[in-house]
Amino acid sequence: MRTLSTFHGGVHPPQNKDESNRLPIAPAPLPARLIVPLRQHIGTPARPIVQPGDLVLKGQMIAQAAGPVSAALHAPTSGRVVALENHAVPHASGMPDLCVIIAADGEDRWMERQPIDYRNVDPATLGERLRDAGVVGLGGAVFPTHVKLDSGTQQKIHTLVVNGAECEPWITSDDMLMRERAGEIVEGIKIMAHMIQPEEVLIGIEDNKPEAIAAMRKACQGTNYEVVAVPTLYPTGGEKQLIKVLTGKEVPSGCRPPSIGVSCSNTGTAYTVHRALNHSEPVISRVVTMTGNVSKPQNFEVLIGTPIGEIVAQAGGAKADTRRYILGGPMMGFDLPSLEAPLVKSINCVIAVSDALFPTAPPVMPCIRCSRCAQSCPAELQPFELYWFAQSRNFEKARAYNLFDCIECGCCDYVCPSNIPLVSFFRFAKSEIFSIDRDKKAAEIARERFEFKEARIAREKQEKAAMLAKKQAQMKAAAAADPDAAAKKAAILAAVERAKARQVASDVPSGADQTTQSSEKP
Amino acid sequence: MSSPYLQNPGSGVSGIMLRVLAALLPAIAAYYYFFGPAILVSLTLASATALAAEAAMLRLRGYPLRYFLSDGSALLTGWLLALSIPPLAPWWLIVVGTLFAIVIAKHLYGGLGHNLFNPAMVGFAVLMISFPSHMTHWLTPLPLVHDGLSLAQQLAYFFGESLPSGMNLDAVTMATPLDTIKTQVSLGRAVGEIRDNTPIFGALSGRGTQVIAAFYLLGGLFMLQQRVITWHIPAAFIGVFALVAGVFHGVDASRYAPPLFHLFSGGAMLGAFFIATDYVTGPTTPKGKLIFGGCVGLLEYVIRVFGGYPDGVAFAVLIMNAAVPLIDAYTQPKVFGHTK
Repeated sequence: MRTLSTFHGGVHPPQNKDESNRLPIAPAPLPARLIVPLRQHIGTPARPIVQPGDLVLKGQMIAQAAGPVSAALHAPTSGRVVALENHAVPHASGMPDLCVIIAADGEDRWMERQPIDYRNVDPATLGERLRDAGVVGLGGAVFPTHVKLDSGTQQKIHTLVVNGAECEPWITSDDMLMRERAGEIVEGIKIMAHMIQPEEVLIGIEDNKPEAIAAMRKACQGTNYEVVAVPTLYPTGGEKQLIKVLTGKEVPSGCRPPSIGVSCSNTGTAYTVHRALNHSEPVISRVVTMTGNVSKPQNFEVLIGTPIGEIVAQAGGAKADTRRYILGGPMMGFDLPSLEAPLVKSINCVIAVSDALFPTAPPVMPCIRCSRCAQSCPAELQPFELYWFAQSRNFEKARAYNLFDCIECGCCDYVCPSNIPLVSFFRFAKSEIFSIDRDKKAAEIARERFEFKEARIAREKQEKAAMLAKKQAQMKAAAAADPDAAAKKAAILAAVERAKARQVASDVPSGADQTTQSSEKP
Repeated sequence: MSSPYLQNPGSGVSGIMLRVLAALLPAIAAYYYFFGPAILVSLTLASATALAAEAAMLRLRGYPLRYFLSDGSALLTGWLLALSIPPLAPWWLIVVGTLFAIVIAKHLYGGLGHNLFNPAMVGFAVLMISFPSHMTHWLTPLPLVHDGLSLAQQLAYFFGESLPSGMNLDAVTMATPLDTIKTQVSLGRAVGEIRDNTPIFGALSGRGTQVIAAFYLLGGLFMLQQRVITWHIPAAFIGVFALVAGVFHGVDASRYAPPLFHLFSGGAMLGAFFIATDYVTGPTTPKGKLIFGGCVGLLEYVIRVFGGYPDGVAFAVLIMNAAVPLIDAYTQPKVFGHTK
């Protein structure tokens, strides 16, 4: 048996997983219109390669990866691109974003698929295939998977961690996927292991999912992959927390797991890696838990771009007292801005919310420094100190107390007896610090530009003056050296003398005198 | 609305305060059993004063009255003060102390969560300094007085400072075990001899008081089990306190009482579990709690044995309260993924 490590803190919120894990994953019907946002992964948004009016086949690339940290997007079904425009998307900001909108033709016709045998292909090419298949981390962070598996640019990965912890309450999409498609997940893990050649592969699953653990263990038979049942404790599914539990190592602050030779991917991601290479199917659907205040909570395999309202309808519709919807889990999720917003790769769960299921928090009381927040913080921060600093806008101090190590898991908020919305304060402080830094940077750039301009003007002035002085000196020297010029000068002088003499003699009016003078000048 | 959407049920401020109050109940029952109803009278008066003062201050400061008044924090302050001072005293003693604690030490420093000094101990210090003689009339445990004061007689003393005819205060009050040892040792008698020949002493410390102290310990264990407090402060307090007492006792057993005697005398147990563990005025980091608890334990012993006051909890706690910001600043724990 592997001896497991622990991380500091953590909480045990009510699980509420049984609601949605009793029924098998069901396919969701084809919607009439699919809305595919271009920003579905961390990094640069994909660059669209279709125009309104284009006909597309299911699985056809509609936007390509733009830059090293990016991934492609694909038509979830066959049909016609009808628009490339801003549309409501599932994002915590609630802001609309650019989407490719496709009217389905109902035929669901696949493009030509070309599965490859990954064993005969070098890892770099496999990485390109994954990027072009739009494979990104489906655990929520949607980090492009090919970057994680790129063995060329980073240090040796000795451990591949596959994250099946699924620690958030209510969510069962990974659980159900592991129960039903463990073999395919393991196929995906084999590809990932082929690409990075780790010494060990650890699959971490919280021990509240015995069926999933059993299924994965069975599927791993004949491999040296180890399925590890980890104690149920939120947020064990946090990448750095799971790595700590499984390996005892802490990923340094501000770094990603490869810095300690570990690569971590979600089980759902492993599944899509398998589908992408062994079946040449890009990521055009995912399993999503539709649960909470709906008639029939269940997991569905839903096409990316399906309006979330249609998923709600699939689960028998929301009950009458539903007030709103949470995307993701109740600890780290966010409000759905509109039922028109589409399913994107990062969304693993939709929870219909009623007052009965999620009572509103009692009024906020002052902080009594009980330090329960610090005791529960998996990042080992002092949330109440950060709260005081954020509240008093003492942002530098908040930064010094490692605000940016906060993973916004919500444990502090959950245990606070004074019901203080700590995470909201931290989000506020982070965004304020970002904007202060941005302003500072902008001011710095402006200052540099100004100084550069001043320096340039001063330099140009100097250069001009130097040039003038040089020219004058040259002219003087030339005048002194040239005998013709001396004769000319003498002639001019003589002429001036003559004119003066004439003026005295004839006493002509002054106007004529000026004319004479000016005519003599050049 | 933003995440997290879940709130841990049943852990509100009032829930915490109520559990602390509940943890005091066994000791209060023992107090009543050994010293008669005076403690109930002073607890009632302290509660009424604390709630009235809290309500007035909340009103003045524009806070929602009902919600804040029900948080239980003012009640706890009143109770801790009432349990710290002699129960048989004129009514205005507990009223003045409680008013000072709530109005000045708590609300004028910013109210719940903002006060630097433990309000109950500020109230205690004010009374100790202003009315020292009233603070020394401790009741004699009931088994030692043939007929303790009845409730009516106690109320008469409480509100009129009058005792039944033919009875003076010395008949029902006495010097505390700690005081007795201190005075007698200064007269050249040995601790063992004093304890053997004075009826107020029991197996551990004073009759009655040792049981109350044991119940404070029990209440403290209940709070630990309920995770209302962490082990750091009581453990460090008791550990250092007992260690220092043990060293002195080991050096000269005739002058210095044994650690168990000290632990079960005066305010040691109340201080270790209920007073030094106050969230607002205590440190928040594990290491800080150990330093704080240890220093309070050390000061408590030094003041009690070498100082001019009968016991040292209040001053030890107040002195260390002042050091809390410093302690917190220098004991910040290592953050995940950082190498200190």
